[in-house]
Amino acid sequence: MDFDNLSFIFINASLINNFVLAYFLGICPFLGVSGSLATATRMGFAVIFVMLVSSTCAYGIHSLLLMLHAPYLELISFIVVIASAVQLVEMFIKKFSPALFRALGIFLPLITTNCAILALALFQTAKGYSFIECLVFALGAGVGFTIALVLMAGIREKLDLAEIPDTVKGTALAIMVAGILSLTFMGFAGLGG
Amino acid sequence: MSNHPDAAAKTLDTNEFIKGLWKENPVFIQVLGMCPTLAVTNSVINAITMGLATSFVLIMSNLLVSSLRHVIPKQVRIATYILIIASFVTVADYVIQAVSLDVYKSLGAFIALIVVNCIILGRAEAFASKNSVGNSLLDALGMGVGFTFALLCLGGVREIMGNGTFLGYHVLSAHYQPWIIMILPGGGFFTLGAWLLLFNYLRKRKEKISMQ
Repeated sequence: MDFDNLSFIFINASLINNFVLAYFLGICPFLGVSGSLATATRMGFAVIFVMLVSSTCAYGIHSLLLMLHAPYLELISFIVVIASAVQLVEMFIKKFSPALFRALGIFLPLITTNCAILALALFQTAKGYSFIECLVFALGAGVGFTIALVLMAGIREKLDLAEIPDTVKGTALAIMVAGILSLTFMGFAGLGG
Repeated sequence: MSNHPDAAAKTLDTNEFIKGLWKENPVFIQVLGMCPTLAVTNSVINAITMGLATSFVLIMSNLLVSSLRHVIPKQVRIATYILIIASFVTVADYVIQAVSLDVYKSLGAFIALIVVNCIILGRAEAFASKNSVGNSLLDALGMGVGFTFALLCLGGVREIMGNGTFLGYHVLSAHYQPWIIMILPGGGFFTLGAWLLLFNYLRKRKEKISMQ
């Protein structure tokens, strides 16, 4: 596996086709936990971690189902395995690092319902990536999610201090800001070559 | 079901249908299911297909969850709901693939992603697990129509402005310069933001009038 290909997959997943701003995946946590910079960063790292774990699981399931000739079971097994993987990871962290567990808090179980995780499993299967490529893709997608979340949190912290008309406050404003961020990320399109 | 405590809910209540259309519209009021709302509304046909597929899954899962509500153990209910939803999504996925391969390709992974649409799990947990089969059906119908309506609001604006067409037919003059931005990701955010602004404004005005 040559290095060029892997670095392209990473840049593609994190910047050019950013999961949040280009594919609209994981919008719920993106709008929900982007209130403060500190929680946004923690959430980002939790997502990267779960993405790596579920990407590994999804690769295994896909190979197994191919052997069993049962592709129609793919979606059901993905969602079940991701949900159990998150649960396992949660128990594991709770046992071995209570400090980290407290820091992540409610965000860890919430990751199960993050559509970016399921989409990652579906995309890597559709693209037919090898195992190493899957891991790099998961890392790239996670980093991209974190970048978007942290940028958004930074902007929203500043917006709290600004004077805003009543009508615009809340979700409408957050979505407009996300639109402008999405426009900015279109600038990365040239990187793909 | 006659031994169930909510005997009052035995009768069908049309309010359960109507509330999904406007007062509790899943997209504009509850702001749920944002991912498909933004991702597939770059053309009207995509919006309609997505709306119908989601409504189908919503109705079927609400029916099944509601009829099994005395059987499913409390501890594993979320996992059971997810399994029920995933089965119906697989059905919808294969049906769309069989009916129109073009639409299937343009929707891509988003049909499979109906599984994690929070509207469906939300209705199963908040409504179908507590109410009779008839009322759950009405609730699912209302939410499905409300969701499809919201997708059409977004898809219509984005296709007309971004492409000058509606359902593939030209509606604006040939000299119209399409706003490409509207069918790109950024346009999705802006259109939804604009609709939310409009509804906020209308609601604020109504409150002001009723206060006077």
